[in-house]
Amino acid sequence: MYTLSNRLKIVSLALIVVGAILWGTGYYTSHHVTQDDVKIMLAEEASHGGHGDAHAVADTHATESVAHGDAHATNDHAEAGHTEVDHGDAHAEHVMHQIHNRPYSALYIAAFFFMMIALGALAFYAIQQAAQAGWSPLLFRVMEGITYYLLPGALIVVAIAVISGDHIFVWMNPDMVNPESADYDKLVAGKSGWLNTTGFVIRALIFITGWSVYRYFSRKFSLAQDDAPAGDTRYFVNNFRISAAFLVFFLYTESMMSWDWIMSVDPHWFSTLFGWYVLAGMLVCAVTVMAMITIYLKSKGLLPNVNNSHIHDLAKFMFGFSIFWTYLWFSQFMLIWYSNIPEEVTYFITRIEDYNLPFFGMVAMNFLFPLLLLMNSDFKRVSWFVIMAGVVILAGHYIDIFNMIMPATVGDRWFIGMPEIGAVLLFAGLFMFIVFYAISKQSLVPKGNPFIKESENFHY
Amino acid sequence: MEASKVIHAIYNDDDVLMNAVKQVKAAKYHIDEVYTPFPVHGLDKAMGLAPTRLAICAFMYGCVGLTVATLMMNFIMIEDWPQDIGGKPSFSYLENMPAFVPIMFELTVFFAAHLMVITFYLRSKMWPFKNAENPDPRTTDDHFLMEISVTGNQNELESLLGQTGAVEINIVDKAH
Repeated sequence: MYTLSNRLKIVSLALIVVGAILWGTGYYTSHHVTQDDVKIMLAEEASHGGHGDAHAVADTHATESVAHGDAHATNDHAEAGHTEVDHGDAHAEHVMHQIHNRPYSALYIAAFFFMMIALGALAFYAIQQAAQAGWSPLLFRVMEGITYYLLPGALIVVAIAVISGDHIFVWMNPDMVNPESADYDKLVAGKSGWLNTTGFVIRALIFITGWSVYRYFSRKFSLAQDDAPAGDTRYFVNNFRISAAFLVFFLYTESMMSWDWIMSVDPHWFSTLFGWYVLAGMLVCAVTVMAMITIYLKSKGLLPNVNNSHIHDLAKFMFGFSIFWTYLWFSQFMLIWYSNIPEEVTYFITRIEDYNLPFFGMVAMNFLFPLLLLMNSDFKRVSWFVIMAGVVILAGHYIDIFNMIMPATVGDRWFIGMPEIGAVLLFAGLFMFIVFYAISKQSLVPKGNPFIKESENFHY
Repeated sequence: MEASKVIHAIYNDDDVLMNAVKQVKAAKYHIDEVYTPFPVHGLDKAMGLAPTRLAICAFMYGCVGLTVATLMMNFIMIEDWPQDIGGKPSFSYLENMPAFVPIMFELTVFFAAHLMVITFYLRSKMWPFKNAENPDPRTTDDHFLMEISVTGNQNELESLLGQTGAVEINIVDKAH
């Protein structure tokens, strides 16, 4: 049985405090940027020739606006067309809004990243239960610990989304759907049946309730099975049933969640496999965190029955889901690249022109790196190797989420600086504290699980 | 040509076979060969066989496939008969690369898989019309056979194999 050590408490608290200070400083500095500051900044950049790239982007956006036939001069939005003519006040205001959006986006990305680890772990856990897997019961308590973060984590994500409003989700600006307003956008207005704040909150609550109810009962049955008399597998069977039902619910809600919580930051853009794409990233991160926590607990001698075949299997999933993620990333990219339809391809043009390094760097981190590192069967059994690969995978998938949100909210005004690092530390501390608190609550071995013997003897 | 004797111990369960192999190895006998109707996981390790190098071959074959695909598509679509791909007439391999990725992937897999199978056959000395080497046809159905050469310790070996749960023990003269 694991007890939450004081050192871990102090580390997570320190992460939260340092993260909050860093993020707060970032927020304070960017929030006090006025339009006049931006003008001076832009003038300086122009004299240094540093703004050349942004002009090129402006051209693309201008073309796009014409193609749409509507002048969506919404200033909160990177995609909004700023034409070459009004490079004075309008552009400065636009850039100022982008700078103001940055700390909100940074906080949202980090919150979402840690929430998705918990959500991915819940899905993976449900798959193990529904498949009645024999290898994994020894890891169930670790998975249950990670999923404990889901409820607080998801509520925080929704809270940040609603509080930030049009700093992140441009469609939350009521002017976008008001035909009288200069900011009126025909496409966003056309989608307002789905994309409205009330609907967003109601759907979010339905998703979170469904996930949390499953999590609550599954954990309850898992613990009850430990105390059940020998031969009584009632709770195990119940868990199997609700897990199968949950997986159906999950696949629909996860997909809708990815439209609502991520895809809608670019309300003109859409991709039909986006839900799968987010799911793949979510599962890689979840399995990676499971492997890391398992190796940590094993190094403390708390999981004596977990052998290197379990680590090997987790690493296989890290490898496999990384390939699966790449497959979906590329499928999404290639179809849009090939067809070259303006309203779709603008998504990748922004990312390749303004986010070249994170966009292609993330492919190297999420695909090439795990491919080459985890291909060898023996390396998958070496703990420090799995941890090292895991750190790169997690960083890569953080950048993946970064690339999903930032281009829509801050355009080319991005940087991984104080607000981003601060937000990651803040949520990393919170995640660590909550997850290890949950792990410390119960015995680490689900001794009542009918497959526990098979799991203990597992070898490949 | 020298005739030598071998023992054929026959088992009817893979778990029993695995334990038998471990016991025979523990008693320091050399197992010549094990014939099984399906691959038994961990048997190679239990027998003390050297790890397979087939995976390294597969990786190299994959690299060959990737190279072939790249050179082939570059010749076909860019050099020999330049194509306007997706309305983007760049005539550059690199800029049209996304269109070729599925082909690069498929040929990587194709080369790795086919050459790996061929390598495996060559390495196992298998070719068409070759006579089967397995001494007992039941090893293609539901029995497992362990072959150990006899070097003056026939009785000890027989009793050991009997204890490991062999359902049948035969002494066979094998012509070399």
